[in-house]
Amino acid sequence: MDTSIGLSEASASDYVVLLKPRVMSLVVFTALVGLLAAPGHINPVLAGIAILCIAVGAGASGALNMWYDADIDAMMKRTAKRPIPAGRISREEVLTFGLLLSAFSVVTLGLFVNVLSALLLAFTIFFYAVVYTMWLKRSTPQNIVIGGAAGSFPPMIGWACVTNSVSMESIVLFMIIFLWTPPHFWALSLFMSDDYEKAKIPMMPNVMGPASTKFQIFLYTLLVAPVAVLPWIMGFAGPAYGLFAAAMGVAFIVYAWRVWRAPVGKDMIKPAKKMFAFSILYLFGIYAVLLGEILVRKALLLAGLI
Amino acid sequence: MSNDRVTLTDKQKKAQRSRSIALALALAAFVIIVYVGTWAKLGANILIRPM
Repeated sequence: MDTSIGLSEASASDYVVLLKPRVMSLVVFTALVGLLAAPGHINPVLAGIAILCIAVGAGASGALNMWYDADIDAMMKRTAKRPIPAGRISREEVLTFGLLLSAFSVVTLGLFVNVLSALLLAFTIFFYAVVYTMWLKRSTPQNIVIGGAAGSFPPMIGWACVTNSVSMESIVLFMIIFLWTPPHFWALSLFMSDDYEKAKIPMMPNVMGPASTKFQIFLYTLLVAPVAVLPWIMGFAGPAYGLFAAAMGVAFIVYAWRVWRAPVGKDMIKPAKKMFAFSILYLFGIYAVLLGEILVRKALLLAGLI
Repeated sequence: MSNDRVTLTDKQKKAQRSRSIALALALAAFVIIVYVGTWAKLGANILIRPM
């Protein structure tokens, strides 16, 4: 059947899928933490608009990723049911959808909040869609290491929405996610490497082998654990956060140690799956505690107790 | 001349309706965002219009 005359069976929910809602929820969460952690004041309505713009911008980059990667998405189990490989939406429509949402989110953020945060959002979309998706993903096993920067920008954008600046504190919030990304994705790729092999994506286990990947996972957890404690040491997070981040960091290293020490083959799958599950809990947990601490401090300030 | 007409199947009609509603909601949301955002950003200054 000729679908070019517009006999689409795509429902609104297919367009929502294009926005990668699960990735978007993590983006919204970390951006919100960055926005609330920043010193200074922002009108709550404008803060809401800022978070919405960052969410839509993240969704737009997800759509652009699905537009470009439709060929490899069709080959992998995890992604074969996405709207383009499933044949419900055409690639051209997704490209238009992604570009339109990118433009609207960046311009709206620039007009209502500030130009710096709009530029950061534009750069994030560019970095994810062009630098990661088009260039690195298919060419180097360092793809997710460098590409991880795209996912690390949201708290920095949230911070810039309030302060109109990029400071050491927001760079630390960036670094926590940046250093967390490689062990998170490599743990996944240890038990999904067949899929990546089929789609010819050069993930670390396929290129350097699982033994090297497991060691690198361990090295990155050694980096991310102390960096995650920095907000406390630098004074923009309290002791509750500091102690929690330190404890979670030790646990993260222990999980990574078990992955590293497990022999290559079937025996490494279980510790890798456990570490992958914990990595999500880790990042979500430390950002949640940071958020909780900020909210408690703001509530105490409002009540005049501090 | 009935061949010139394209008849939508029930599934296509349902999908079209879902897309139309979503688009309407998105447009309405954008209008509200611009309206509320302008008030939040400019506040009472919005009334100051030197001619």
